[in-house]
Amino acid sequence: MERKIRVLVAKPGLDGHDRGAKVIARALRDAGMEVIYTGLRQTPEQIVSAAVQEDVDVVAMSILSGAHNHLFPRVMDLLREKGVDDVLVIGGGVIPDDDIPGLKAAGIAGVFTPGTPTTETIEFIKNNLKRGD
Amino acid sequence: MEESAASSDLVRSGDIRATARLISMVEREDPSRLAALKALHAYVGNAHVVGITGPPGAGKSTLTDKIVSRLREQGRRVAVLAVDPSSPFTGGAILGDRIRMQRHATDDGVFIRSLATRGHLGGLSRAVSEASRVLDAAGYDFVIIETVGVGQSEVDIVRIADTVVLVSVPGLGDDIQAIKAGVMEIGDVFCVNKADKDGAERVVREIRSMLETAVLNGATTRFTPLYEARAALTRLDGGRASGGDRAPGAPSAAEGAAHHLAAAVPGHPNLEIPPVVATVAESGQGIHDLVDEILSHEASLVATGFLRSRREENLAWELGRGAAERVLSALEHDGRKESMSDLARAVLDKKIDYYDALETLERALTRS
Repeated sequence: MERKIRVLVAKPGLDGHDRGAKVIARALRDAGMEVIYTGLRQTPEQIVSAAVQEDVDVVAMSILSGAHNHLFPRVMDLLREKGVDDVLVIGGGVIPDDDIPGLKAAGIAGVFTPGTPTTETIEFIKNNLKRGD
Repeated sequence: MEESAASSDLVRSGDIRATARLISMVEREDPSRLAALKALHAYVGNAHVVGITGPPGAGKSTLTDKIVSRLREQGRRVAVLAVDPSSPFTGGAILGDRIRMQRHATDDGVFIRSLATRGHLGGLSRAVSEASRVLDAAGYDFVIIETVGVGQSEVDIVRIADTVVLVSVPGLGDDIQAIKAGVMEIGDVFCVNKADKDGAERVVREIRSMLETAVLNGATTRFTPLYEARAALTRLDGGRASGGDRAPGAPSAAEGAAHHLAAAVPGHPNLEIPPVVATVAESGQGIHDLVDEILSHEASLVATGFLRSRREENLAWELGRGAAERVLSALEHDGRKESMSDLARAVLDKKIDYYDALETLERALTRS
């Protein structure tokens, strides 16, 4: 059977709404992916645990609150702690340009700020998956 | 193959990642999963498999979340398989059942996996039964399978679950819904959720009345044989107890099992119907009762030996379906799909009829 791309769409932190996350979830679904959506106010621990149980290929996180410099690298650390090194992790939301190099250095493969066409995110995922077994 | 043996050892030792990966292999029908599944076979059969089914929006995920919490309070390890539909056009899916269950994400005694139907009809995905066996072998005491929101005939869950919880809610339609055949017949335990909404009592009454009528009409039901066996067991047990081998006042196993399950039909003390539990999943109201009913159904299945016969029946059905799939793939193998379209053309052109075509395929199969 053809390999389905499974994506965890997660909202870490204390954001009050998830409109953006739902838009991207819907776009990924329409691109034929299976999207596991976990809802608002997730801790990095919850996100990583769900990513492992769901055996996803991609973790896509969105933050509006400004806590990305703390929460995104924390998710990367926890993934590493669990020995997970084959999951593509991307981030989105309100993220100043100056913060992007630091997030990439922490292991966030792609950062997508407001206004990015969803097609760009989809292409990025398809071209950067870390596993194909 | 060595890798598969290692994978089955990891699954048995409770390794979450290995378990999750094996389920992914099951989902994509990766042939290399079979070695691991064969190695796990000896350890399958200890988990009680509970199906939660009902219409979209009935609150199945919230109920599942609360059932998991209750079972965890009792020290049981719980796995959840939550099924949501795939788009028939893009193949994509949004699997959102987890939203209601994320409080359990970091509990080591809970494993939650979302599955897309991937084109399978009937309310489940093809991977469910194999995935359920993987989780069983991994040592979870309960495997809860939440079906997609069902309509009237998605009843595949009865082929997999030991106990089926059928969830209804007020406001779905008039009482004719409760007398239709199909989904309403498959419950071992009935749950009317959102019981704080108008009309909930009426739904409870209607379900009870539907069940009572079936019993009074002598209809074949899923529950009657179990209740009769349990009643016989209670009589047997009572007889032995009067012989004096049980402490006075101590409940027998059969009585323990019978404690909750089933309510007598009014005016017919010997006739019983399944329990109908009113719940408000959001607030947790009624959840203890619901879990008690699930556990007493399990106890009754065990005490009567019906667990074994139900599983035997289900496995026989699954084998039949597996065999049909193998036959189909044998027929489609090696360019035979071509000949299937040839046959279709010949039928459409009236050169042969449909039954000639089937016979041709049957002959092809016996030759191979």
